[in-house]
Amino acid sequence: MSAGALPRRLGWWYVAEHTWRAMRAYAWTIVMEGIGQPLVYLLGIGLGLAAFIEVSVADGADGPVTYLQFVAPALLASSAVGITMGEFTYVVMSGFKWRRLYWGMNASPVQPQQIVGGIVFAVVVRMLLTTAAYYVLIVAFGAVVDPWTGALMPLVGTLGGLAFGLPLLAYAASITEDKGQFAMVQRFVFTPLFLFSGTFYPLDTMPVWLQWIGWLSPLWHATEIGRSLSYGSPPGAWPVGVHLAILLVMATTGWVLARRVFVRRLRG
Amino acid sequence: MTPVIAARGLTKTFGDLTAVDGIDFEVPAGESFGLLGPNGAGKSTTMRMVGAVSSRTAGDLRVLGLDPDAHGPEIRSQLGVVPQEDNLDPELKVRENLIVYGRYFGIPKAVCAKRADELLAFAQLEDKARNKVDDLSGGMKRRLTIARALINEPRILMLDEPTTGLDPQARHVLWDRLFRLKERGTTLVLTTHYMDEAEQLCDRLVVVDHGRIMAEGSPSQLIRQYASREVAELRFGSDRNADAAARLEGLAERIEVLPDRVLLYTDDGEALLERVTDLGLHPTTSLVRRSSLEDVFLRLTGRSLIE
Ligand SMILES: Nc1ncnc2c1ncn2[C@@H]1O[C@H](COP(=O)(O)OP(=O)(O)OP(=O)(O)O)[C@@H](O)[C@H]1O
Ligand SMILES: [Mg+2]
Repeated sequence: MSAGALPRRLGWWYVAEHTWRAMRAYAWTIVMEGIGQPLVYLLGIGLGLAAFIEVSVADGADGPVTYLQFVAPALLASSAVGITMGEFTYVVMSGFKWRRLYWGMNASPVQPQQIVGGIVFAVVVRMLLTTAAYYVLIVAFGAVVDPWTGALMPLVGTLGGLAFGLPLLAYAASITEDKGQFAMVQRFVFTPLFLFSGTFYPLDTMPVWLQWIGWLSPLWHATEIGRSLSYGSPPGAWPVGVHLAILLVMATTGWVLARRVFVRRLRG
Repeated sequence: MTPVIAARGLTKTFGDLTAVDGIDFEVPAGESFGLLGPNGAGKSTTMRMVGAVSSRTAGDLRVLGLDPDAHGPEIRSQLGVVPQEDNLDPELKVRENLIVYGRYFGIPKAVCAKRADELLAFAQLEDKARNKVDDLSGGMKRRLTIARALINEPRILMLDEPTTGLDPQARHVLWDRLFRLKERGTTLVLTTHYMDEAEQLCDRLVVVDHGRIMAEGSPSQLIRQYASREVAELRFGSDRNADAAARLEGLAERIEVLPDRVLLYTDDGEALLERVTDLGLHPTTSLVRRSSLEDVFLRLTGRSLIE
């Protein structure tokens, strides 16, 4: 076999292996985020807020659903989006600037496109595991009306995570000076999206001039798909295919940009 | 035999800046080849092009007979690279760093593990195998980076300023390791702005400045060609050096006036010192030494290597 043939095919896998190994350093955070955080939300909302909100806030295809059933798909999707706030921000900046790991990989036969591919793959696996754990928990809390179709929620949540995360990854990879950009993203992008994406109440209960935030939000689209998987969409809602198409466009755009930035930066 | 590296008119520009300005050089297999030059000379940029991670703006380049633009992975799989700035993974243990890196070359885990142990012995880091990288000293990190660069048994080992920032003792340990590699016939390409390093390790070197090659040859050839056998260094005190130099005119083959001292190039330094005293000049300190690459550089560029 000619030199470099194996890395040409499997370079992305070696990068993923390395990324998982690095995740061990914060394995505890990963488990807490995957199980502890959902538990806190589900207990808080299920025992507290839901008992307090007596009128149903939302309808499924077959009528009103409980508050917990309404919120659960949003929580699951936001856990995938939340992962990208760490993995596709500081971790990436560190790979270029502080620990400079990407430069080490770059000097090996592995190509820049494979480096970004391996990072994304490793994070996708983390998102799938986290959302799957979330799914088991919300089923246990009776927050999923139809657990069979609902079982697709981890996939949808992960897609939502990518639709938000891949553009963020492209941005993070393009940053050369740390000027607190990620704290700004957290404050002015992530938090508003979390609050205004129809997470805790239906988007159409907000004034129209605020609803556009939801329309642009990957979290809202992923949540809406998750809801229709769990309890069906009420009449008048956006078709699932439209939500899915928007998520795919966002994720693909981010992916193309991220690859471009990695190649430009590592092969300057 | 075809050289392992052949560059012709190799050029790299960043916008308006020409970092590497049409350089020609060849490195035959088994040679230890150096790029000696001051900060910003274009050494790292040249190394990145040879390392197939940065495409050239113009000129021709062949590494192991291949064009880096078309065969990056094939070339990189046969190179070992020690970058100017360490990029070891501080989250991993010392031995793990070697194994993880070996995987990038498609080397099976078991083979990586075996080589890692051999390389740790070579780098004199066996008893640090299970330590975190952050526990290592600067010199140990550098040795680990060199060990890592050898995990794929490269045909060329490229070292970008291998000992910059290390204390003298750590530098000597490192030189000793590199010397062993050289004895085994490993092709070394290294950059440095230390003339003693270049003298110790390089069979042949090019002196680069502003992206151009100023001179080429073995350390002793370069010294013979561009400097005299000996140098007398005289200090008269900062404000008096220039005046004294004017009176010394004609005593030596060549005179360099630096801010802190006057350098007189001659074949017999002691005899020259006597004539200085005969002239009635009394330097505060004087010493005679053999000429070095530092003097070659001064001659070629009118500047010192290390500011
Ligand atoms: N990616 C880049 N973009 C723009 N300019 C660059 C880039 N890389 C290097 N340069 C510039 O090119 C010139 C040569 O840089 P290079 O790093 O090759 O020098 P060097 O000889 O390695 O210096 P040093 O001893 O400081 O490491 C410098 O002026 C540097 O600022
Ligand atoms: Mg450099």
